[in-house]
Amino acid sequence: MAATKHFEFEMIVNRKPLTLAERLYLPAIAGGFKVTFRHAFRSLFGGKTVTMEYPEQKWAVPPDYRGAPYLVRDQEGKTKCVSCQLCEFVCPPKAIKIIPPGPAGELADRPNAEKMPQEFEINFLRCIYCGLCQEVCPEEAIFLLKDYSLTGQSREEMIYGKEKLLALGGVHGGIQKWKHKLDEAQEQENFPVKV
Amino acid sequence: MNWSFIIFSVVKIAIVVGVVQGMVAYAVLAERKISAWIQDRVGPNRAAPPFVKAIPGLGPVLIRLGLFQPLADGLKFMLKEDFTPAGVRKVYFWLAPAIAVIPSMLVIAVIPFGSQIGRQQMVISDLNVGILYTFGIVSLGVYGIVLAGYAANSKYPFLGGIRSSAQMISYEISMGMSVIPVLLIVGNLNLSQIIGWQSQHGWLALYSPVSFIIFLVASFAETNRLPFDLPEAETELVGGYHTEYSAMKFALFFLAEYSNMIASAAMMVTLFFGGWTLPFWGLDHPAASLGMGIAQILVFLVKMLLFVVLFIWVRWMFPRFRYDQLMDLGWRRFVPLALVNILITAMVLWCVS
Repeated sequence: MAATKHFEFEMIVNRKPLTLAERLYLPAIAGGFKVTFRHAFRSLFGGKTVTMEYPEQKWAVPPDYRGAPYLVRDQEGKTKCVSCQLCEFVCPPKAIKIIPPGPAGELADRPNAEKMPQEFEINFLRCIYCGLCQEVCPEEAIFLLKDYSLTGQSREEMIYGKEKLLALGGVHGGIQKWKHKLDEAQEQENFPVKV
Repeated sequence: MNWSFIIFSVVKIAIVVGVVQGMVAYAVLAERKISAWIQDRVGPNRAAPPFVKAIPGLGPVLIRLGLFQPLADGLKFMLKEDFTPAGVRKVYFWLAPAIAVIPSMLVIAVIPFGSQIGRQQMVISDLNVGILYTFGIVSLGVYGIVLAGYAANSKYPFLGGIRSSAQMISYEISMGMSVIPVLLIVGNLNLSQIIGWQSQHGWLALYSPVSFIIFLVASFAETNRLPFDLPEAETELVGGYHTEYSAMKFALFFLAEYSNMIASAAMMVTLFFGGWTLPFWGLDHPAASLGMGIAQILVFLVKMLLFVVLFIWVRWMFPRFRYDQLMDLGWRRFVPLALVNILITAMVLWCVS
């Protein structure tokens, strides 16, 4: 049976027989010694190593990095979370636990919000840094920030409460959803927003 | 058989075994450090007991060099769970590490590591058939590897064991034949006598360089070091013959590999590079004083360590040989070359005398 041609670019690679020098291996051995010695010398005396010595040296975290999710405050220092529990619902590993304030609970500390969470816990032993909480949050109150190395001595320590999350999250600069709405409404002067 | 002989032998054995074990531990560190430097890395530079950092000046340097890493490694091996997989042949599985490690330690018994201190010769056993003993013991080392591969009841170790047996047979022959010219030149099998001859006439590596090269390559193959680490071959066989081993049993294979390396280095120094002698500073004849005796031991250790570094260096330099290339090199290059070498040496000696 004649050999069928499968591809247009089928070709035969010419393998040249090794020369005597190549078969003796000796030039290759000398070359190997040269290269390895050069590298060893450089990393020993030139300090040219590629190792990043982690706890002392740290890498630059890229701007769109998805680190640990923290609660953020708005520019006026008010809690953005309104305890809607969407993030708790969407969280795949069930790392988030929210206790809403209840009928008699504390009111929100900002306008345009009915309530804020009584307790908000993220279990960082469960969190998988997927970012669904950030994606689902209608109030833009939770963000995956740049922390990547969370450690603790006990399991309890790795469950972060509301105050800790708010402190770590800090003030989020860019987004002020309700201010935008208010501005839009004031421009149109027909949006029923009570300030 | 008198008491002083027994006591001095026991002391020498204890010291030599202790030193070799320590050298194995630090050879592992050297391996890691040298590999790191060659690959533009830093290598182990953290582990240290807490008080070392307090030593001003010196402490951080010691930590940076990783000098306490072997302690941590040893401790880790001892504390790890000694796991025996289901379906292994228990007796052989437990026996294999011991069989691998014992020959590598026994080889060192006949190597003269110094001339003499006082009236004590610095060799554990000054055998008249030192070289034959060495070859006999070294060839036992393969049984540990083959048994480990066979007993583990797993494919990768089995392949590693098979490869090892084939490799050992191929290289033992050329290794043995490469030494025959040395024996022809010296006319003696006693390692101390060989060193004595070299102190008078010069190093044997100069008389018989082909022998040395064959012996060097063969000892790379014998110790399962890269370029001939086919029994282990991490990239192909997971871990080779010791895939199923853990904790101290794995550490014993590790120990065997490195003490084989040290033993081969010692053999090369003894056979080809004049053992404990140096041709100047009066180091070429048996020591008369304590200081000279110690100096000669140090000369031997330095020569040996240079070879250990060569072993390590070469490992991080070359890719692994393919199996058929290995066989080709062993049977079709080195065996004929060794035979021709014997013939030529014999003819030259015949013409000279």
